[in-house]
Amino acid sequence: MTATTAQASHGHAHHEELPFIRKYVFSSDHKIIAIQFMFLSLLFLLLGGLLAMAVRWQLGFPGQPLPFGRLLGEGVAPSGVIAPKFYLGLVTMHATYMIFFAIMPLLVGTFANYLIPLKIGAPDMAFPRLNMWSFWLMIPAGTFALLSLYAEGGSPAAGWTGYAPLSNTPVYSGVSTGQIYWCLGIAVFALSSLLGSVNYITTVINLRAPGMHWFRLPLSVWALFITAILAVLAVPILAGAIIMLLFDQVLGTHFYLPSGGGQPLLWQHLFWFFGHPEVYILILPAMGIVSDIIANGSRKPIFGYHSMVYALCTIAFLGWVVWGHHMFQSGMNPTLGTTFMASTILIAVPTAIKVFNWMGTMWRGNLQLHVPMLNAIGFVAMFVIGGLSGIFMASAPVDMYIHDTYFIVAHIHYVLFGGSLFAIFAGIYFWYPKMFGRQMDETLGKWHFWLTFVTYNATFFPMHILGVAGHMRRIYDPNTYEFLRPLQSLNTFISVSAFLLLGSQLPFMWNFVRSLARPKMTDINPWRDNGLEWTLPSPPPHGNYATPPIVLHGPYEYSRPDTAEDFLPQDQPLPAHQETR
Amino acid sequence: MAHAAAMPDAAPAVPAHQPSAGTLGVYTQKLGMWVFLTSEVMFFTALIGSYVILRWGTATEWPDPTKTLAVGITAVNTFILICSSVSMVKAYAAAVHDDQPGLKKWLLTTVVGGATFVGIQFMEYRNLLHEGFRPSSGLFGSTFYVMTGFHGFHVTCGVISMAYVTLRAFQGKYAGGKYEGIETIGLYWHFVDLVWIILFTIVYLI
Amino acid sequence: MQHWWFPENASSYGGQLDAMFYVILYITGIVFFVVEIGLLVFVVKYRGRPGRKAAYIEGSTRAEIVWTMIPAITVVLIALFSQRLWSLVKSPSQIPADATPIAVEAKQFEWHFTMPGPDGRLGTDDDIFRKDTLHVQVDRDYVVELQARDVIHSFFVPAFRLKQDAVPGMTTRAWFRATRTGTFEIACAELCGVGHYRMPAQLLVQSPAEFAAWQAAQGQ
Repeated sequence: MTATTAQASHGHAHHEELPFIRKYVFSSDHKIIAIQFMFLSLLFLLLGGLLAMAVRWQLGFPGQPLPFGRLLGEGVAPSGVIAPKFYLGLVTMHATYMIFFAIMPLLVGTFANYLIPLKIGAPDMAFPRLNMWSFWLMIPAGTFALLSLYAEGGSPAAGWTGYAPLSNTPVYSGVSTGQIYWCLGIAVFALSSLLGSVNYITTVINLRAPGMHWFRLPLSVWALFITAILAVLAVPILAGAIIMLLFDQVLGTHFYLPSGGGQPLLWQHLFWFFGHPEVYILILPAMGIVSDIIANGSRKPIFGYHSMVYALCTIAFLGWVVWGHHMFQSGMNPTLGTTFMASTILIAVPTAIKVFNWMGTMWRGNLQLHVPMLNAIGFVAMFVIGGLSGIFMASAPVDMYIHDTYFIVAHIHYVLFGGSLFAIFAGIYFWYPKMFGRQMDETLGKWHFWLTFVTYNATFFPMHILGVAGHMRRIYDPNTYEFLRPLQSLNTFISVSAFLLLGSQLPFMWNFVRSLARPKMTDINPWRDNGLEWTLPSPPPHGNYATPPIVLHGPYEYSRPDTAEDFLPQDQPLPAHQETR
Repeated sequence: MAHAAAMPDAAPAVPAHQPSAGTLGVYTQKLGMWVFLTSEVMFFTALIGSYVILRWGTATEWPDPTKTLAVGITAVNTFILICSSVSMVKAYAAAVHDDQPGLKKWLLTTVVGGATFVGIQFMEYRNLLHEGFRPSSGLFGSTFYVMTGFHGFHVTCGVISMAYVTLRAFQGKYAGGKYEGIETIGLYWHFVDLVWIILFTIVYLI
Repeated sequence: MQHWWFPENASSYGGQLDAMFYVILYITGIVFFVVEIGLLVFVVKYRGRPGRKAAYIEGSTRAEIVWTMIPAITVVLIALFSQRLWSLVKSPSQIPADATPIAVEAKQFEWHFTMPGPDGRLGTDDDIFRKDTLHVQVDRDYVVELQARDVIHSFFVPAFRLKQDAVPGMTTRAWFRATRTGTFEIACAELCGVGHYRMPAQLLVQSPAEFAAWQAAQGQ
């Protein structure tokens, strides 16, 4: 369908009332699909968090029965004490759920779907029914992923990175069916991700409203667009790799099995060739969202808009040539290690540019410290720690010691939680009013932010210290090693902080649900934002814009000296005598 | 039909129907297919790249493919698939010129060609398995079945889609020079053919 | 609290690796404080107040150049210094020519060590085989020929700052020279299955006299 006919038909769709099931269940409306992704992902986020609590219980109180542990069954938790194999399953599935079923669908499935058509002035995605498929494929994918947790023979226990030969050889791992479900779940997820990305890319290129030139796109759209390109290129590699892993186990192939001439390192190269762009998929949308919110909260244009775009592109590009830094100690040729070290350390540069530009945006601003802004500033403060810790690992000789220790775990969680998740919270608080026509409670939001900020740092900062002390990853009982025994009190402190961190999410959960029942707002633009979506009712109607908006300038015209208001939506003209850029 | 026969060497006329194009000058449906095909390239790169590494990147001994695989029959099959790409091009030209009988004829030819390819591949698999050449037959078996198997799966999906498009053509959905759907599936078809040419060369011939 | 940091170094290159860590720590530490304090100052100083208007500034090319060049130069320097160290520790050409070979095999869930006997060569009749205890002499170069029987493991000696993955189907190598006597722990640092957490081993570094005595005692 062409762009113009799509808009015409959506204009007509206004007058037909769809049955409930077509409107809210099997909907092809990008906004409904986005909300569906959001609910599904928040459930997996909670589940992933609960699994982490069980992991932290074992590390904080080793050998103690987990509260309610007997409910898990004698097979995985005899007398309520987590067994070593189940512990590895918890660790594996915690990461698998968080990365593939929580963060990615939240950042991409939710925000790309919700924001892209609205922010570019389009009636919907380029391929609405394909979009619907993208969501519904998450159901079988998620089902496989859930089944793998309680499969016969145990849940996958090779880590989310699934290194072969451990991951595809039941004789070594003790896991058979669980690993098969894991492979299938991720393969179906890959298809869902792919269909979504095809939509996001095509929509941004072809469906922008008149006047929405490339350099008038909000940074959230830029980031989501570039992320989708990364996904289209990287996720199929994962699909191929995982299919070969699956076949090694079920069809007797030998891709990664040395006994048949295969190569374990082949899995690592394929996985990380996907895996590194994957982590940029997990952070770029967060950066885009935070840019929009910081500009809004500072009532100031984003500092260095063009640099921010180029930095996004540079990060995405460099992200393709750094994968070997996950493999410095793998037995790969050390010369390759040198080349990967060079490319990896360069990624710090565009990332630094972004951090300084966010600060530049806040500088001399008129900061409105609303809940989304608090979370966005929290993102910057925490992401910078994650980015700086990355420099240690980028140095291959330093990595020799800290590889596969809790220093890495600290880094991962500073960028994914301190980074991505704070940005997700910021985005949810920010766009909730547009999605549901109600605003979340500000006081509860502030409690949520501060409790989370404190308990989160208490949980993850000490992990840097654990890593420097040499504490390895994925260790069921560190006390087996004499050099790790003195760290038990630190592990216990981390675990208690983690329990408090989970508890700190209660205000958010309560706020989210409770606010749905509040009376509808009349203000369609409570944040006084420039985005096109804020010119529409909350929630926007099917088809979004009755007539396509005409975009007259960039998205960050805040506090212009020549306007009365301190914001200027993109479809409002600049004061007279101004050129449109 | 008549005027096409009268001017066989003329450049194709400007299509009467023009879909609206975006930034890249490519209409949405076609752009979507290009993006999707990019992901398919990456998928096959993972499989074919692994094959290349496993075969030529290490010191492993590799059996002579011509001793196990039926190169002759597969060469004929390759030709059939290439012919189906030609018929696809003709179908597209027919759609552009609003030559409905030609469109239907060439689409049917493409479907038959694709289905034949799949059928012959299927029979090849049966023979090979019967002779004991399985996915578990060393790295050769592993790589052979994964690459050709997924390619065959993609052709099968293509044949099903092509049959659906042919049905729509018979329903007159592409009348009036509306060629986008034909061009879009044509892109997919040519891609699948190109992958096969690569596979045939590096798996069967070398 | 001393245990909440690096174990005391016991290898010839460990000190240099630690120094590299500290250089990076100081640099990142400075950036950390600049950013965090900067954020805090901004939040306080530019907090919204009635009647306040933000400055309409879209950027500064000069600022972009400065905060591109300084990080770029810094990280390139870090990479150059790191490269020297990396090569020293991991490059096959840097392995001391007269290093005594040791064969280490990792398996689920223990370490097998084959040490040369008095003839100093592996693969001869006087080789000494041990599970879980590796004996070496202080101030002598050793090269580890690392193999894995089943899945990927990783040979990690925290006191030496040494880590090298053991991959089935490959022989990987790592070298070290212990600089003081003592008993140091070896750990597995790559998830290798259910028993990954219980694969400790001991690396005994002995004085020449003690080592010679031990070695002699192994001969039948």
